[in-house]
Amino acid sequence: MTTEIALKGIGASAGTAIGPIFLFKSPELTVPDKPPESVEQEKTRFLEACERAKADLEQIREKLENATDAETADIFRAHINIVDDPALREGVFAEVGEGRNAEQALSQSVEQFARQFEAMDDEYFAARAADVRDVGRRLLGQLLGVTFRGFDELAEASIVVAHDLGPSETASLDPELVLALCTSEGGLTSHTAILARTLGIPAVVGVGEQLLPMAAEHELLALDGAEGTLIFNPSAEARDAAEARRKAEETRMQELLVHADEPAQTAEGRRIEVAANVGDVTSAQNALEFGAEGIGLLRTEFLFLQDTTPPDEEKQVAIYREIFQTMEDRPVIVRTLDIGGDKPPGYIDFPDEMNPFLGWRAIRLCLDQPDLLVTQLRSILRAAAGHNVRIMFPMISSVEELRAAKDLVEEAKSGLVSEGLEYGSDVSVGIMIETPSAALLGRELAAECDFFSIGTNDLTQYTVAVDRTNQRVAQLYNPLHPAVLRLIKQTIDAAHEANTWVGMCGELAGMKEAIPILLGMGLDEFSMTASLIPAAKSLLRQLTDQEAQAAAEAVLTLATGSEIETFMTEFLEAYE
Amino acid sequence: MESKNVVVTHKVGLHARPAAQFVELASQFPCEIQVRNLTREGKKSANAKSMLLLLSLGVSSGHEIEITTTGEGEGEALQALVDLIESNFGE
Repeated sequence: MTTEIALKGIGASAGTAIGPIFLFKSPELTVPDKPPESVEQEKTRFLEACERAKADLEQIREKLENATDAETADIFRAHINIVDDPALREGVFAEVGEGRNAEQALSQSVEQFARQFEAMDDEYFAARAADVRDVGRRLLGQLLGVTFRGFDELAEASIVVAHDLGPSETASLDPELVLALCTSEGGLTSHTAILARTLGIPAVVGVGEQLLPMAAEHELLALDGAEGTLIFNPSAEARDAAEARRKAEETRMQELLVHADEPAQTAEGRRIEVAANVGDVTSAQNALEFGAEGIGLLRTEFLFLQDTTPPDEEKQVAIYREIFQTMEDRPVIVRTLDIGGDKPPGYIDFPDEMNPFLGWRAIRLCLDQPDLLVTQLRSILRAAAGHNVRIMFPMISSVEELRAAKDLVEEAKSGLVSEGLEYGSDVSVGIMIETPSAALLGRELAAECDFFSIGTNDLTQYTVAVDRTNQRVAQLYNPLHPAVLRLIKQTIDAAHEANTWVGMCGELAGMKEAIPILLGMGLDEFSMTASLIPAAKSLLRQLTDQEAQAAAEAVLTLATGSEIETFMTEFLEAYE
Repeated sequence: MESKNVVVTHKVGLHARPAAQFVELASQFPCEIQVRNLTREGKKSANAKSMLLLLSLGVSSGHEIEITTTGEGEGEALQALVDLIESNFGE
C-alpha cells in the first residue's frame, strides 16, 4: 500500500512516534467440528502440539532470562508447567476417549480448569485462569497450524498495532523496542492506555474496526498520542513533520530532566512539593529518576491481590520498608487498602453489588474487617521507624468514619507498644478527599486529621455522577468541571483555615491546564505519575503566585467546561 | 508409601515460582506423589506433578502440607521435596 491514509482514535498517551508497524496478531482460532480419525491419533496430535508449544515457550523464556527479565520469564515457566501438566493431559485424553477431536478436547479441558479458578472469586486465581486460557490458545494454535505471534518476534523498534492488548500479552513486551501502542479497542482507562502512560510512550486506542485492515507489517506509521491521529504511509512532508515533532519532544524531555531533581519553586521562591503516585517497589524506584520529591500516593492494593490469603504483617513490613528505604527521608504517603467488589480478593466474602463503586469498599470494608486494617496499620507503623511516613484513609465520607479509623491507628500503636516493637511514632494521619461529602465537610474533617489529599478522579465521578469507563457518558467526565473546581477550592480553604495542608494525587495534579489554577487556589503538594513530574516542575517554576491566583479567580467565575478550557489554553500560551 | 508434614515458609506460599520449582522437582521422580493442605483441613489431595491441581490447594505462606510418595524411589523423592521446602526454595 502506498497511499497516505489518516485515521483517528483516542489519544491515550501523549507523544509523537514514527516507525515501522509491528502487527500483533491474536489469530482467530475456531474449534473444528470434524470427527476424529481415531482416539490414538488425536492423543498423538495433542502430544505433538504440546512438544512444539513447549519448544516455543522455552525459547521465549530463555530470551527473557538472558535479558535478565526474571519476572516475565517466570510467567513463561508457569506456562510450560501447564503444557506439561498431567491433569491437563488426563482431561484432554478423557475427552478424546469420548470421541472428541483434539481441539475440542483441549478447549473443554482448558475451560474447565479456567472456570474452576474463576469460581474462586479471587484476583490471584483470576490471573491463573488467564494463564490457562493463554496456554490453551497457544496449544490450539499449534493443533490448527496457525502461527501464534507474540512479542518475541519483535526485533526492531516498532509501533505495535493490535486489536487489543491485555496484561498477559504485554508481559513479554520489550519496552526498548516499542515506539508506541495502537489498538482498535480500548479507552483512556484500558490496559493499553495505562501501560503506555506508565512506560511514558505514546498510544492511540479505540481506533475501531478500520485499524487492522489498514495496518501492513513493516510499513511506516506516524502517530500522535496527544491528538489521537494516525498517518499510514506518511508522505515525505508528513514524515518530516512527525520526526521534527518527535525530536522536539525528546529534546524537551531531556531539558526537563536536567532540572527535574531540583525543587519546584514559584517565581517568588515559594517551594511547592511535587511527588509521585506509585503502586509498587519498581515504580517507586522509577519515580526518583523523574525528580519525585516524595510519594504522594502509595497504592497498597498490589499486596492484597497477589495471593489467596491476606499478606501477613511480616510480609507487609518488608515491602513497606523496601519502599521507604528507596525514598530515604523523602515523605511517603501510604494509602490504606482501597479495594472493592470490582476486583475482589478471594479471602473476603463479597456481597453481590449493583454498584460496587458506591458499595462496600475501601475504608468501609476495612472498618468492617478491623483485623485486616489493624494488621496493615501495624505494618506501616513498624516499617515507618526512621522514615518520613504518613498514613492516608481512602473514601472517607463522614467524620464518624475518620474517628473510627483513627481509633484503629491507636489500637495498632498500643498493640505495638505492649509487644515492645519499634515503630514510627511521628506518623501523621490524613484522608483522601474523594467523596463530595468529605469535600463539603472540609472544615470539620480538617480539625481532626493532619492533611488532605484530593483524589480528583473519584471526586469528579461522584460529583458529576458519571462513570468514566461507560462509553456512553464518558465525555461528561471532565477533570476541569466547574463544579469540581469549586469543591476543590472549598476544600483547600477549609483545610488552610485549620492549618491543615492539602495535596492532590488525582490526575488533575499533573495536568498543565490545571496546575496554574491549583497553585492559585493554594494547593500545597502535587502528586502525579512520575513521567509528568519534570514538565509540572518546569511550569510551576515559571508561574508567579499573583498570576496563578488571578487564573484561579477567573476560572471560578466561569460556568462551563468549554469556557474554562478556552481560558486555560490562552493562559498557557505565555508559558512553554 | 512414605509421608511427611512440612510447613511452607516461603512468603509467596506454594504459588508462582516456588510452585513451579516444586512441580518440576516432583516430576523428575517416577513414583506417585500426592500433596494435601493440612491447614485448610486437607481433604483434597493433589498430584504434586500437576501445577493446576497443586495451585487449587491454595497453600499460602505458613501453611502446613502433607507430602506422600508411593512407589519407586519414594524415600528419595520425599526427602528431596521436603528439602526444597525447608531450604525455602533455595533463596
